[in-house]
Amino acid sequence: MKVLMFGWEFPPFISGGLGVACYGIVKGLNNNNVEIKLVLPTTGGQKTDLPVEICPADKIVISETYKKKLAQTMSSTTGKEMLSGIISPYETSVSGGDFFNRYQNMINELNIQGKDTILAFTGNYGRDLMAEVFRYSIIGEFLGSLGDFDIIHAHDWLTILAGVGAKRLSGKPLVIQIHATEVDRSGSSINSNIFNIEKYGMEQADRIIAVSYYTKNIIVNKYGIDPHKVTVVHNAVEKKTQLERLGIQKNLDEKYVLFLGRVTMQKGPDYFIEAANLVLKKIKNIRFVMAGSGDMMPRLIERAAALKITDRFHFTGFLNNRQQVERMYAMSDLYVMPSVSEPFGITAFEALLYDVPIILSKQSGVAEVLRGAMKVDFWDVPKLASAIVTLLEDEKLSKEMVESCKHELQDIHWNTASQKIKNLYHSLLFHNSH
Amino acid sequence: MVSICFYFQVHQPFRLHKGYSFFDIGANHFYEDETANREICNKVSSKCYIPMNRLLLELIEKHKGKFKVSFSITGVAIEQLQRFNPEVIELFKALADTGCVEFLSETYYHSLAFLFSRPDFKKQVLQHKQMIHDLFGQTPTTFRNTELIYNNDLAKFIEEMGYKTIIAEGADHVLGWRSPNFLYQPKDCYKLNLLLKNYKLSDDIAFRFSNKGWSEHPLKAEKYAGWLHSINGNGELINLFMDYETFGEHQWEDTGIFNFMRKFPDEVFKHPDFSFINPHEAAMHYTPVSKIDVPNFISWADIERDLTAWLGNPMQNSASEMVYALEQDIVKTKDQNLISIWHKLLTSDHFYYMCTKWFSDGDVHKYFNPYDTPFDAYIVFVNVLNDLKETVKNRLKSRAVRKQKKVNQPIPDRSL
Repeated sequence: MKVLMFGWEFPPFISGGLGVACYGIVKGLNNNNVEIKLVLPTTGGQKTDLPVEICPADKIVISETYKKKLAQTMSSTTGKEMLSGIISPYETSVSGGDFFNRYQNMINELNIQGKDTILAFTGNYGRDLMAEVFRYSIIGEFLGSLGDFDIIHAHDWLTILAGVGAKRLSGKPLVIQIHATEVDRSGSSINSNIFNIEKYGMEQADRIIAVSYYTKNIIVNKYGIDPHKVTVVHNAVEKKTQLERLGIQKNLDEKYVLFLGRVTMQKGPDYFIEAANLVLKKIKNIRFVMAGSGDMMPRLIERAAALKITDRFHFTGFLNNRQQVERMYAMSDLYVMPSVSEPFGITAFEALLYDVPIILSKQSGVAEVLRGAMKVDFWDVPKLASAIVTLLEDEKLSKEMVESCKHELQDIHWNTASQKIKNLYHSLLFHNSH
Repeated sequence: MVSICFYFQVHQPFRLHKGYSFFDIGANHFYEDETANREICNKVSSKCYIPMNRLLLELIEKHKGKFKVSFSITGVAIEQLQRFNPEVIELFKALADTGCVEFLSETYYHSLAFLFSRPDFKKQVLQHKQMIHDLFGQTPTTFRNTELIYNNDLAKFIEEMGYKTIIAEGADHVLGWRSPNFLYQPKDCYKLNLLLKNYKLSDDIAFRFSNKGWSEHPLKAEKYAGWLHSINGNGELINLFMDYETFGEHQWEDTGIFNFMRKFPDEVFKHPDFSFINPHEAAMHYTPVSKIDVPNFISWADIERDLTAWLGNPMQNSASEMVYALEQDIVKTKDQNLISIWHKLLTSDHFYYMCTKWFSDGDVHKYFNPYDTPFDAYIVFVNVLNDLKETVKNRLKSRAVRKQKKVNQPIPDRSL
């Protein structure tokens, strides 16, 4: 299986959040034996440590033959359709017309130039970003016309047009991965050109990968995309950006210690309450949250009431959608998994995705993998309590712990994320061949 | 002469939003389930308050002042009726105007305040008294505490507040061999009179009326009046105390409850020695036959006739302690709106919903409980309370900052 992937940022060339995510995905896919041709605007002559084929757009030579073909397609109906798809029918303002003209001018410019052409790219977010995005789409069409791949994968609006272009000329399925939408970035002052490019790309794509349920929700509700077309694969990102990106505000300005899971004997929620009680005797300005439900709920609610800690110990009940779960993790400052017996404990991984330090019971399988995590015996309540106090009070330690855990987790995580993406490729190819 | 004393309790709590969750703390300050409160008020008004008030007006008119009843209406019920069903208030005013209807005093918020804060208890009683005066032109001299919760201390406190009469449950363990059908006096009191509920005869109407498994079913006015008449010679005063919602809401119209009441006065008057009386008149007509000692709290709830419907399990105890612990800070805010929001959380129903006694009284509890489980009730209540705590904390903090700023402001130079 060979993937034609369009990226924009990529470390070490540019390493923003999008670049870090792309890097993780490419690495993970490579580990999962997926062959990738990664197109980037430019590499600035630098090299990557990944064993994948990197294809800088500013080194691609567009032949005269292809340019002629391109001029034809642009004047053909499909070309016009593509442009009218981007430019909203309601867009009568200067910017809409301007958008269209600039695209046409660029095609014309391309034709005037000599026999073979090399397009210029900075890969920056400069003033002429839109022009660069258009030039990138021409690269996309050109590479698409070569047809030496099975599937196309594009990241965010910058590369969407390139992805769509490649699909248009190759007929191969297109996957678009959305790391952030214009709605996230701009709130109410949305750039309608970017929004339209996103919407158009999402409509043209065969499948969309959203980096969170929150993002999926936006894709479905704000862009009007069929939810069945959208798959969620989480990235690992920084806590602060996560809170901002998810539009989350903590409802109370205090540290939260979280238990999340079924409230049953196996998960050890009773040890969590007892430890909370000890901790609250020492520090007051923190809150404990028990998220989930189960057969032990009534008993634990009565216990918390009897301990008179319900002004600082809260029960959310069952969190009935992923968005609430995301929000809960993102708001938390410490995650405690006091499981009595836990084959693995994926919630510990989830917590780390939101940069939340974790305390695990030695009796959980995940403790084997996360060597850097704080571990206690589930029954050792005083020790659990003092571990909670330590991690809440020593922010440096808790930060280091998260980093070390995430480091251990990184490869595992990107591999699992990439496995999901690979499965998605498979389903697309299988679907298309039948 | 034997007098029959009717007292009907009218109460509707401000129910909280059942969906008020942890995520609402610090973000959402609207606690009341306005929809549920409106719907219940509409339902009870159309099934009970309106038809029963009309029937009572009709009976008072028909018997030319000889038929009498008394009401205790909580402030929170009045507030909701004023908001949702003002015609009910008008009917109550019409009843007040007949001169045959007495309105009693109680805590405005139907609270357990006497158990937690005497100063706040007094405030609530005075607030309620003022409301009764403003609406019905009466100054109550009879007091009834929430759910007939009562003991010697309460009686003493109420006497000191100037009341003439107090009402309590005629619980077996308090009366012993004595009959509830006389006027009594609380142990440490010298002026205050005590009316004790005849729970057997009251419950025949309030609970058993439509029970087909009851050997006396169907209960006709004639038969019931006969039971009352048989008390002649060994009692002076028959106290029939019950929830007003008995008529049309707990006992639906098709049980015949309205027809029963329509005929009841006629049947009572068939015996020349029988009459109707209001609590404040009972205190004037009769002399206490003995003192009654109630060291421990009693109430009219459940078979235990104690406080365990509202207090006793860990959730009820923690919730009530938490809410009353907020009193001082709430008062400091001087914000009437916040104070009233807090007061509404004192309404006893919130604690009743957290009751875990699911024995013989489980059915009654379930009937009155909007929550699926007492645990849900507790979580919602505590979430709301935690939000209110945050609001109060922030309010006091910002006030302290403002004060500090004022102090630091330079004094303007007046010479300029």
